[in-house]
Amino acid sequence: MTTTVPVPYRVTAATPETADTVSLELEPIERALPAFSPGRFAMVYAFGIGEVPISVSALRGRLVLTVRAVGAVTGALCQLRPGDAVGLRGPYGTGWDLDAAADSDLLVVAGGLGLAPLRPVVHQALDRPGRFGSLAVLVGARSPGELLYRAELPQWRTSVQVEVTVDQPDPTWRGTVGVVTALLDRIDLRLDRTRALVCGPEAMIRHTARALLARGLPARRLQTSLERNMRCGTGHCGHCQLGPLLLCLDGPVIGYERAEPLLAVREL
Amino acid sequence: MSTTTTPAAEGAVIGKDGLATLVDLLRARGFTVVGPTVRDGAIVLAELESADQLPYGWGVELEAGHYRLREREDGAAFAHAAGPQSWKTFLHPARVRQWRAERSDGQLVIEEDDTPPPRFAFLGVRPCDLRAIAVQDRVLTGGRHRDPVYQGRRSGAFLVAVECTEPGATCFCASMGTGPAAGPGYDLALTELVDADGHRFWIRSGSPEGADILAALPTSAASEAVCETARQAVASAADRMGRTMPDTDLRRLMAGTLDAPRWDDVASRCLTCGNCTMVCPTCYCTTTEDVTDLTGDHAERWRVWDVCFDLDFSQLHGGPVRPSARSRYRQWLTHKLGTWYDQFGSSGCVGCGRCIVWCPVAIDITEEAAALHDWADRPDGEP
Amino acid sequence: MTTLPPLLDALPEAHRDRLLALAHDRDFPDGSRLFDEGGPADRFWLVRSGEVALDVYVPGRPAPVVETLGAGQQLGWSWIFPPYRWHLGARAVGPVRAWELPAAEVRQLCADDPEFGYTLMRHCVEVIADRLQATRIRLLDLYAPVGGGPP
Repeated sequence: MTTTVPVPYRVTAATPETADTVSLELEPIERALPAFSPGRFAMVYAFGIGEVPISVSALRGRLVLTVRAVGAVTGALCQLRPGDAVGLRGPYGTGWDLDAAADSDLLVVAGGLGLAPLRPVVHQALDRPGRFGSLAVLVGARSPGELLYRAELPQWRTSVQVEVTVDQPDPTWRGTVGVVTALLDRIDLRLDRTRALVCGPEAMIRHTARALLARGLPARRLQTSLERNMRCGTGHCGHCQLGPLLLCLDGPVIGYERAEPLLAVREL
Repeated sequence: MSTTTTPAAEGAVIGKDGLATLVDLLRARGFTVVGPTVRDGAIVLAELESADQLPYGWGVELEAGHYRLREREDGAAFAHAAGPQSWKTFLHPARVRQWRAERSDGQLVIEEDDTPPPRFAFLGVRPCDLRAIAVQDRVLTGGRHRDPVYQGRRSGAFLVAVECTEPGATCFCASMGTGPAAGPGYDLALTELVDADGHRFWIRSGSPEGADILAALPTSAASEAVCETARQAVASAADRMGRTMPDTDLRRLMAGTLDAPRWDDVASRCLTCGNCTMVCPTCYCTTTEDVTDLTGDHAERWRVWDVCFDLDFSQLHGGPVRPSARSRYRQWLTHKLGTWYDQFGSSGCVGCGRCIVWCPVAIDITEEAAALHDWADRPDGEP
Repeated sequence: MTTLPPLLDALPEAHRDRLLALAHDRDFPDGSRLFDEGGPADRFWLVRSGEVALDVYVPGRPAPVVETLGAGQQLGWSWIFPPYRWHLGARAVGPVRAWELPAAEVRQLCADDPEFGYTLMRHCVEVIADRLQATRIRLLDLYAPVGGGPP
């Protein structure tokens, strides 16, 4: 067996997160893949339809992948029910550099589905008190109904500072309304000892990074997770190039000092 | 391999009969022998049943967007430069089934396609293509993950290199440092000589398996004069390259000219057909196709060559990252000459000239690189 | 938030003291309205704690909230330009504490001391520019579902 052949996994739970997003909890049917770590991704095969890269969104015992239905493959994955099988390859790519953050304050900034690859970081902070200096999680969502892991947030708040903002509030929303960077003004940022992990749509990443750098955070203490077309996950298909990077090997998680000049080039 | 530091006399000499024996011997040992042969008005690479199928007496006339066979009076077998194919056709097939999947009652079984590949012997690997194989070795088997299809085909392959004595008008291996002498990696290397002393081949081995085969061939000793004549023929080929890549740090040049107006110029000519990627001996990009049968319970994964000039290549869920011809040509060229170093530690270009020949609008990689070089060197203040 | 609001942080100490000399402590209970669209913009606030929602009156449905402002943020800039009328409404979401500043006096202070005025206005422009950028980012609707292609 090689890394190009998917390994069968069974869906043990399929939890709707929002109208178009589902979290799939998976267990190996026979052989298990090597252990994943936060930030890394799997290639997920929907039978007969195709494969997509999905970052792990939980690693507590079972593997969890949060999938948004945006096309044929992800649409099929979102239809899966407990007992159904998928093919899985991985783990691929780089993870969040959490060891470097052990003595730091950790600032997590997530936009939309970008919270999924960062959720295992929050879980580590909850499960292993003292893992990080402190952890603040800033979340931007389109609307309260499109906020991921909403049921989990009260538990997070017992030991983690969580601030949520939405673009389009509903009448029951009593929280913050506005762009996620506005939340930076509401937390105590000790910039000299903060490491930031940012994930979301690329324009949100650039906007957030600009706000953090303007406040004095060095780019080398900012990591982000980038997205390009990934077909193989193994650095062999050529699709996920971003200038000198092959994002399936050098990314998806990369330091912002490397990302910044590349994101500035149009159509790179 | 430097021609100046090798011993005066080495290897052996074989005649056309020796070449015929080589093909027979390789076939007898179970190799699928692939080499150049004339078909459909071109010198293509195909399975050879005997050395008679080699393109004896055929040369090629090459120019940007131009390829013609022409007859040679000397009857040489290897006096031709690169044709439309390269060895990647066999090592990294254009279409390959990776695995099969069966679904029944919620069970999923996925089985790798483990059809044993043929054991290839490549006869007539030009030095540029020998380097191209080394480049693809690094891309497909030299990193964190290994591609099993390539590895399976490559690991058993027997390479017979033939040094270049007749470069084409689109060749520039000398300026890429990949030829016309054969570098490392061959099992056997030949240099073809046709002169008053007859039609013969200077032959050396580069591996124990090569030495073993060589020992079984009808050879005569290589005199100092033969070795010297062969080295001279190869050395003089270096001076007859039809093209030259600018003598500069191409990686830096590519990284520093992403905003050059030349990209608009070349984009106005480029048809984004992707011919250059198909004929390039190092272009390796692939995509996947998933198919099912009519029952829906049997599925297959096929891997096919892909082209960075296609819009779909950079597709994200919102649309392509590189919608313009400008950015797609720039991606191809900057990857080939520049970022390939970052990713795989070498240039992705070996100077074979195929992309120039088979471009329908005669775009010339050396001319584009030179234009970028001129732009980078322009006096301050000029646009 | 233990540090000073950015506006006060931006001002030299002498200027800060002059501004704070004009400030009153104000408390707003949950749900109370600080101002309404079209009303006289004769004051502004520096929020010390709590959350203020900026809303727009739309007949027949609850006033949609376009943005919220919290601790440390400056609330209101319609007082800078004639006709000194609020463009939006503001409502306390939970109890709000703020420093309230009288607009006419602050404008007079700016007119009397151009250096003070320049520093204050420069800060106000920064606040407005920040919110403009934030609004533009939100206009992109970056988290919207996207479709129409693989995967």
